Amino acid sequence: MIDLGLIGDLYVFVLAGFLGYQVISRVSPLLHTPLMSATNAISGISLVGSLVVAGAGYSEVSTALGFIAVTCSTINVVGGFLITDRILKMFRPASRDK
Amino acid sequence: MRRDLLQLFYLLSAILFVLGLRGLSHPRTARRGMFLAELGMLLAVVGSLLHHEIIDYRFIAAGLVLGTAIGVPMAIWIPMTAVPQRTALSHSFGALAAALIGISEYYRHGAALGSVRVGVIGVEVMLGSLTFTGSLMAAGKLQGMIRGYPITYRGQNFTNFMVLGAMLALIVALMVFPSSTAAFYSMVGLAVFFGVFLVLPIGAADMPVVIALLNSYAGLTDAAMGFMLDNKIQIITGSLDGSSGFILSILMCKAMNRSITNVLFGAFGKIQEKPAELEGKKPIRQVSIEEAAEILGTSRSVVFVPGYGMAVSQAQHRVREVADVLKNKGAQVRYGIHAVAGRMPGHMNVLLAEANVPYDELYDMDQINSQFPETDVAVVVGANDVVNPAAKRTPGSPIYGMPILEVEKARVVIVCKRSLAAGFAGIDNELYYGDKTLMLFGDAKETMIKLTAALKA
Repeated sequence: MIDLGLIGDLYVFVLAGFLGYQVISRVSPLLHTPLMSATNAISGISLVGSLVVAGAGYSEVSTALGFIAVTCSTINVVGGFLITDRILKMFRPASRDK
Repeated sequence: MRRDLLQLFYLLSAILFVLGLRGLSHPRTARRGMFLAELGMLLAVVGSLLHHEIIDYRFIAAGLVLGTAIGVPMAIWIPMTAVPQRTALSHSFGALAAALIGISEYYRHGAALGSVRVGVIGVEVMLGSLTFTGSLMAAGKLQGMIRGYPITYRGQNFTNFMVLGAMLALIVALMVFPSSTAAFYSMVGLAVFFGVFLVLPIGAADMPVVIALLNSYAGLTDAAMGFMLDNKIQIITGSLDGSSGFILSILMCKAMNRSITNVLFGAFGKIQEKPAELEGKKPIRQVSIEEAAEILGTSRSVVFVPGYGMAVSQAQHRVREVADVLKNKGAQVRYGIHAVAGRMPGHMNVLLAEANVPYDELYDMDQINSQFPETDVAVVVGANDVVNPAAKRTPGSPIYGMPILEVEKARVVIVCKRSLAAGFAGIDNELYYGDKTLMLFGDAKETMIKLTAALKA
C-alpha cells in the first residue's frame, strides 16, 4: 500500500527534527534574527528540486513553473546568505582599546 | 552511479547545514558556520545540475541569473530596520517555489501517481500556497502597506476553521479520486485565501510570533516538497527549518505569556478597554534634557531598554553616542533586551549591533533583571509593554503574567517617549506614574542627540 520510500523519508524527517531541536536550542538569543535569515537561505534548497523541473523539458507549463521556482529559490539562497553575513559582520565584541 | 554520487553530495550538504546552524550558538563562530552552510548549498546545487533528467539548461540559467539580480539588491541595500519585512517576503518566495513545483508535479503525472502520492502533493501545495499569501500579508503589515492592527469580524474563527476543513476534505477527496483536477485546483484557491485570512486578525505587536510561525510553515513546506520529490536533502533542511521556526515561536509566546492559539485566534491588540483609566489619578513627572543629562552624567551604571520606538525613529546610533559619552565619564553601560521587543526575534540586537554596540553589552531579560537593583538609571527608549508593571500587578490586564524588564527596580527610570499614548496592547502604563519615573518627551532620535550635546557641555 504505502511505498517504502515514503516511510524512509518519514524516518529522515523525524530524526532531522530532533536534531534541529537540539541544535537550534543552543543558538544564542543574540542571533535570533540571523538565525531566521540563515534558515531562509538554506530553505532555498528547494532550488535543487526546482532545477530539475525547469530543465527536464517535461512540458511548457512545467518548464515555466520550474523557471519561476528557480528564480524564487535563488532569491532566497543568494539574498539569505548575503544578508545573514551582513548582519553577522556587525556583531563585534568590545575592543580593548576603547 | 550518478544517482549515488548525487546522494553523497546531498549527505555532505546536510552535514554542512547542521554544522552551520551550530555555529550560530556564538557570535564568534557564526560567520564561519555560515560559510560552511554556503559551501553545503553550493555542493547541493552543483550536484543537482548533474541530474540525469536535465536536458536544457537555458531556463535554469535564466532563473539563477534573475534570482541573483533580485536577491542581491534585496540583501545589500535594505536598511536593518526592514529586515523583518525581508524575512517575511523571503518566506513567501520559498513557499511560492514549493507550491509551483507541486502544481507542476500534479499537472505532469495527475492520477498516475496513486492516492498516497497525490495526497502528499495536496498537502505540499496547500502548505506552500497558504504560506505564500500569509507571508505576503505579514510583509505588508510590517512595511505598513496594510494597516497593522488586527482586522476582525464576527465568526472569523469559525470561517477559518471551515476553510481549513474544506481544504482537508478536498485533499481526502483527491486521494479517493486522484484524477479530479477540480478538487485539486479548488484546494489551491482556498489555500491562497486561507493564508490571507490567517494573518488578518493578527496585530503588528504579535509579528515576532507570526514571522517565526511562518518560518516554521516555510520549513514544513520544504520538507513536504522533499517527500513529494523523494529528495532527502529537502526533507532534512525543511525539518531543521521547521523546528527552528517552531522553537522561536514558542520562545516568543513564552516571552508574552501567551499560547500559540491565543496569538493566532485571540486578535491581540484590539483590546482597548478604557485605556485612559489611570490618567489624571497621579501626576507624571517631566524632566528637561538638561536635568536628564545631569542625572545621567553623575550615574555609575546605566541600562538602556530599547523598544520598537527606537527602531521607528532610527535612534540606535544616537543611543550608542549617549552611551559612549557615559562610558567616557566612567559609567558602566548595558542594554536590556526583551525577547519580543521589535518586530522579529532578535530585532533589537541587530539594530544595536548595527550601531556598533559590542555584543557583550547586550543582555537578555533573565540576565539583566537581577542587575536593576544595582542600576542607577534605567533609560527606556521606545519600549512600552515590555516594561509595564501591570504585567506583574494587575491581574485583569491583557498583558498580566507576561515577564517584563523590571526597570522600576533601578534607582531612577527615565522614559524617553513621544507622548503618553498607550502601547500596541492599548494598555496604559503604570510605570509612567511611578515615583522614580521621569518622563522625557520627544522623538527618540532628537532627544538622544540633544542628550549627547547636553552631556558633553
